[in-house]
Amino acid sequence: MTLKRDEISDQLAAVGYVADRDIATALWLMEFLKRPLLLEGEAGVGKTEVGKALASVHGAELIRLQCYEGLDQNAALYEWNYQRQLLAIKTREGVGENADAIEEHIFSEKYLLERPLLAAIRRADPPVLLIDEVDRADEEFEAFLLELLSDFQVSIPELGTIKATSIPRVVLTSNGTRELSDALRRRCLYHYIDFPEVDREAKIILSRTPGIDTTLALQIARMVEAVRKEDLRKVPGVAETLDWAATLAGLEIQDLRQEPETVYETMICLLKTHEDRSRLTREVSARLLGRVA
Amino acid sequence: MELSNARRRLAGFSRTLRDNGFRVGIAETRDALAVLASPAALRASSLKPALRALFCASHSDWERFDDIFDAFWRGRDMRQRPIISGVPAASHAPARRLAEAQLPNEALGLPDRVERHGDGDSPADGRSRRDGASRAENLAASDLRHIVDPDDIAATQALAARLARVMRARLVRRQQIRRRGRRLDLRRTIHRSISYGGTPVDLTWRHPKIKPLRLVVLLDASGSMSLYTAFFVRFLHGVVDAFREAEAFVFHTRLAHVSPSLRDRDVTRAVEKLSLMAQGIGGGTRIGDSLATFNRWHARRVINSRTALMIVSDGYDTGEPGQLSEEMRRLRRRCRKIIWLNPLIGWRDYSPQARGMQAALPYVDLFAPAHNLASLAALEPYLARI
Repeated sequence: MTLKRDEISDQLAAVGYVADRDIATALWLMEFLKRPLLLEGEAGVGKTEVGKALASVHGAELIRLQCYEGLDQNAALYEWNYQRQLLAIKTREGVGENADAIEEHIFSEKYLLERPLLAAIRRADPPVLLIDEVDRADEEFEAFLLELLSDFQVSIPELGTIKATSIPRVVLTSNGTRELSDALRRRCLYHYIDFPEVDREAKIILSRTPGIDTTLALQIARMVEAVRKEDLRKVPGVAETLDWAATLAGLEIQDLRQEPETVYETMICLLKTHEDRSRLTREVSARLLGRVA
Repeated sequence: MELSNARRRLAGFSRTLRDNGFRVGIAETRDALAVLASPAALRASSLKPALRALFCASHSDWERFDDIFDAFWRGRDMRQRPIISGVPAASHAPARRLAEAQLPNEALGLPDRVERHGDGDSPADGRSRRDGASRAENLAASDLRHIVDPDDIAATQALAARLARVMRARLVRRQQIRRRGRRLDLRRTIHRSISYGGTPVDLTWRHPKIKPLRLVVLLDASGSMSLYTAFFVRFLHGVVDAFREAEAFVFHTRLAHVSPSLRDRDVTRAVEKLSLMAQGIGGGTRIGDSLATFNRWHARRVINSRTALMIVSDGYDTGEPGQLSEEMRRLRRRCRKIIWLNPLIGWRDYSPQARGMQAALPYVDLFAPAHNLASLAALEPYLARI
């Protein structure tokens, strides 16, 4: 399915992702050039959500690979089913098969466990492959990934080369805990996601928090924007905003100005460290509230 | 816009981007042509984000792209010149050796010509130029302030670079010897068990991979350190060159991330760029502020669980000691070891009296002298144990 660029934002909105025009263009370009898309940005700006939304727009399966330190090919690509293999060796030996035949048998498709990367290139319909926090994996894995992303084939020593039956749409996200290699960066299209501006954040709140009032959503978005400008250790992301909005809606708050105390108390939804909590005192909270509402 | 005309303009745009430090290859230009031929090219509002996604590779590219784009496609007379200066066009000159690069002495606070110290190592001595080893030893032991002969400076700096490389080689070797299997490698074990009828006789172990040590160096380039700065800049270059994972920062009244400049293959240019950044004459040192900047903007990216942080400073801080100790406390939580190198320790009768030094000391794992090459070399076994 190909998409027109202008339709993409509408379709993203339809699946609950409020996109700005630029990300819509990047997603269109990704489709047009068949290149992976690398998303960078602060934690909590909704990088992962883009992958999920893209999958629902295309009605494709989402295959997610969460990267972590020490992630290796066994966990990312494929693994043999050892228990079954051992069992098979024992039973076939009892029948009296020779070693070569057994080997041939236990290293066949039947005993292969697909991990996300292999799964992504063996689907009949192209899935969306979301490689999350690629900066957490180490450099060797990055190099391997690069090879996979350019050839879309993998070789399994016992089985031979497996070519992609369909080219997945690949979205990579990075938090910047490590510099990525130039090669990987150049392979990908690049998009930097910033914290959403007030209007867009209000729209996000409206689309994700059922039954919330428009003015309240706007107030919350403004307040969060002001909080983000404070000198915090951990700047609240969109997920935190949504938590807060849900909390305030649940408490049936109509207007933030009327409830400074509740605002201060519920701000634990936004502030996740003791230091930040003690920095945003009642006074600071009241001051910010006075400015935004 | 006519397509062939557009193509020529696009080539010009690619060139402008390259001049501004973007890594634009043939693949990008080819894809950009495809974009130009697509419906996205009909409106600037969609062409710009499309080309931006295509040409940018990092956040810093991302931030500069809009200006360059606007100036190139919308400005009239700016087509020929790069819009954002500061990053020089790539030079195709072969990378020069470290020792050959001429330092802009003045910028780094080195005196051009100073009366030589009579340490018996002048050319008139008759044995100085041929005996490399003992000469190197001499250089290693003499205080860096006293090395003033340009040849000696070059030799010292070459030594510093080599030292950095030796450190790295030694560290890697030790790691390999230390490797021992902890987990069974089931894949290989089972493969081998086939010939024994499924009984795992040959066990294969998987080796835990030890990440290489990452070294982050913060160099004080303030006036009080000026006698040593030139030398440490070279040491920094050696470190960034030799360690696979190293980051370098220079600070005086503010902090600058200098690893990208140090990675410049042309050593002269790298050092020139750096010496410009290191100019902090007369402003005093704000160690606390600089560390705060580091903690806020850089620490998350450059510090991991196997990071040793090396601060090279004399500890003379014009800021608040309270802030310095607060920032040191934060740093302490993040990295594995903090090494503070202080050239003054090598001086006779030195005790860490400076207020800044006093504030920082409780959080420092190793407080060591760095007034000559021998003292730097003495650090290596310590780094290997981290």
